[in-house]
Amino acid sequence: MPIQVLMPALSPTMTEGKLAKWLKSEGDKVSSGDAIAEIETDKATMEMEAAEDGLLGRILVPAGAENIAVNTPIALLLGEGEASTALDGAMEGHIPSTAPVRAEAPTSLMPAPKAAPTAPEEREHAGATRRMTVREALRDAMAEEMRRDPAVFLMGEEVGQYQGAYKVSQGLLDEFGPERIIDTPITESGFAGLGVGASFAGLKPIVEFMTFNFSMQAIDHVINSAAKTLYMGGGQLGSPIVFRGPNGAAARVGAQHSQCFASWYAHVPGLKVVAPYSGADAKGLLKAAIRDPNPVVFLEHELLYGQSFDVPEDPEWVVPLGKAKIERAGRDVTICAFSRMVHVALEAAESLAREGIEAEVINLRTIRPLDVETLVASVKRTNRVVTVEEGWPVAGIGSEIAALMMEHAFDWLDAPVGRVAGADVPMPYAANLERLALPQPDTVVAACKAVCYRK
Amino acid sequence: MAIRPRRAKVDVASPSASPEALLGHYRDMLLIRRFEEKAGQLYGMGLIAGFCHLYIGQEAVVVGMQAAIGGGDSVITSYRDHGHMLACGMDPKGVMAELTGRAGGYSKGKGGSMHMFSREKNFYGGHGIVGAQVPLGTGLAFAHKYRKDGGVCLAYLGDGAVNQGQVYESFNMAALWKLPLIVIVENNKYGMGTSVERASASTELYRRGEAYGIPGRPVDGMDVLAVKAAGDEAVAHARSGKGPFVLEMKTYRYRGHSMSDPAKYRSKEEVSRMRSEHDPIDQLRRKLETEGIADEARFKDIDREVKAIVTEAAEFAQTSPEPDPAELWTDILLPA
Repeated sequence: MPIQVLMPALSPTMTEGKLAKWLKSEGDKVSSGDAIAEIETDKATMEMEAAEDGLLGRILVPAGAENIAVNTPIALLLGEGEASTALDGAMEGHIPSTAPVRAEAPTSLMPAPKAAPTAPEEREHAGATRRMTVREALRDAMAEEMRRDPAVFLMGEEVGQYQGAYKVSQGLLDEFGPERIIDTPITESGFAGLGVGASFAGLKPIVEFMTFNFSMQAIDHVINSAAKTLYMGGGQLGSPIVFRGPNGAAARVGAQHSQCFASWYAHVPGLKVVAPYSGADAKGLLKAAIRDPNPVVFLEHELLYGQSFDVPEDPEWVVPLGKAKIERAGRDVTICAFSRMVHVALEAAESLAREGIEAEVINLRTIRPLDVETLVASVKRTNRVVTVEEGWPVAGIGSEIAALMMEHAFDWLDAPVGRVAGADVPMPYAANLERLALPQPDTVVAACKAVCYRK
Repeated sequence: MAIRPRRAKVDVASPSASPEALLGHYRDMLLIRRFEEKAGQLYGMGLIAGFCHLYIGQEAVVVGMQAAIGGGDSVITSYRDHGHMLACGMDPKGVMAELTGRAGGYSKGKGGSMHMFSREKNFYGGHGIVGAQVPLGTGLAFAHKYRKDGGVCLAYLGDGAVNQGQVYESFNMAALWKLPLIVIVENNKYGMGTSVERASASTELYRRGEAYGIPGRPVDGMDVLAVKAAGDEAVAHARSGKGPFVLEMKTYRYRGHSMSDPAKYRSKEEVSRMRSEHDPIDQLRRKLETEGIADEARFKDIDREVKAIVTEAAEFAQTSPEPDPAELWTDILLPA
């Protein structure tokens, strides 16, 4: 049976083309790989190569013919020892099968996944606690997990001998040695990529960015290498890694060192994004992040490092990812915030209480996946929401919450969702301007009064 | 969880390879060649879509390097990856079915030509961002050292990727920490349409590690035995704890950068000269003939075997169903 030579697709977008020129004539011997014709695609003129050895028996489409659909037979190739009489009838009943076997077509779009996958239950802590700073809580979390699992190691700039640029890793080098507490050169893209590669091999790196501002040097590895590989590999290869460090605005360090990355990373499927507020959050969430088999972006806050809280001592106590916490109960308005803005929200709630408005303050703790259940339940009680974040307003976490509230709590809202965010400007240096650029308790108070229709 | 040390199998084949090894190289290179030709055809038929970067012409590089490593060693490369996967021993059916985007593909059809992985064969992708595989491979080498399992990592990159900054960030860390990393620069003379001379201030790419004290060698990447010999040296260096090694493979791709590249940036004469004078498969075939290791009948047998494997792969790639629609939502996160 002569082989049909089909009009080839020579670019991702080509559906038809021109047969510009035959480079072989009928009767010519061709070998696999020989250029036999020139095809003009939508982009360029390309040579078409023979896929089989044989004799060019018949040209079906003459040179110069235009608009030849991909997969149209353009010539017949005779195999070894095949007589030319076989050419007649070669076109009958032989339709090239190119249509893929369709999987059962969905009758409608796939339903979106549940906005909040059911988070594991949080264990109420009744054991001993110790007063410590957020900085110490983070250090203890890493130390406990490193004692528990030899695959866990910490790498980053100044994490070892210097004891941490912000002293978060103080004492770890002494306990775990330079093989597990690794001082890196200033090379974010390189060591973030190295960490992801090590995680592919089954290690559990904690990669510290001195601040998250520098993670922009490495964001390709966070997203393209860490977050997407599990999916791209059909579930074969995951990346159990934690990227952690201070995020958001510190104090008076200017635009390039004062930025919140919550919304940037929360955009990405395949990542979990965590932002602790208290010492207990810091310890329990970081332990959960290290144990999690997925890449986790762990956003700390420099201005919280020195704050002290009561922190559970039990090394097996963890805070499940994906679970928000009600920090203060209230019936009039829900304020949801994360990281240092929880502190701002709590201060705002205090002043609102003095004016007879009882605000419920929700500490989101995990930004992705967001605990929509807890938010909706709160809004069903208060019927009003104000979001607070340090980052920019456009496409921010507040925007996402506003959309989710419309989707899941529309009928319970008595006012539009109020958004408080950082000013939509690069962070200024001057003290007065910096203060104006960041949400303050009084801006939160004003936003709450607005959604309560109070002056 | 305990760290399980994995002892890498060290290949102790003598420099003068056995007839069986030579025939194995011939067969492996031919398999890659025929597989890629078939992939090109399936692309032409519209069964493979998107980006598809063929390896035809460069077969000696992966076959020679693979012969220089053992079972516990790891391999990572960029997007021109079909040859690497076949050399690692991955199933041609699974690779081809991934190219056609079917459920039977290595990534269940969700990765495509540039994104396939096999934990079983220690193949870590398949990466689409030029140069990104170098720090990732440095991380694999780091893991070998961390676990003290005696393994090395082969990280492949092209002559285009060699100008990416993160490559040098990796060189620095790999040399600083003496990581068992072998960097293989596949210099096929063109980064897409830009020749090495037009892209690189220094075109001796094997010297790119010099600033970090990393030794390098230029290698005739069209000669599988030269590749194997250089690979042996580099692997021994890295495995003995001396740190990384750079090999620059002088090679050539016969096809365009991707399927839609008409390759106007080089002359037809250049391509046909490389094909007729330097083809890695023809060269080895002549050696096998001259040394009386294989005759016409033996070559025919190998041809038949390879053709059958490729035909079966193509058949599987066309009959395997498309992924179930529910697969859209799986493999995003692992259960905690």
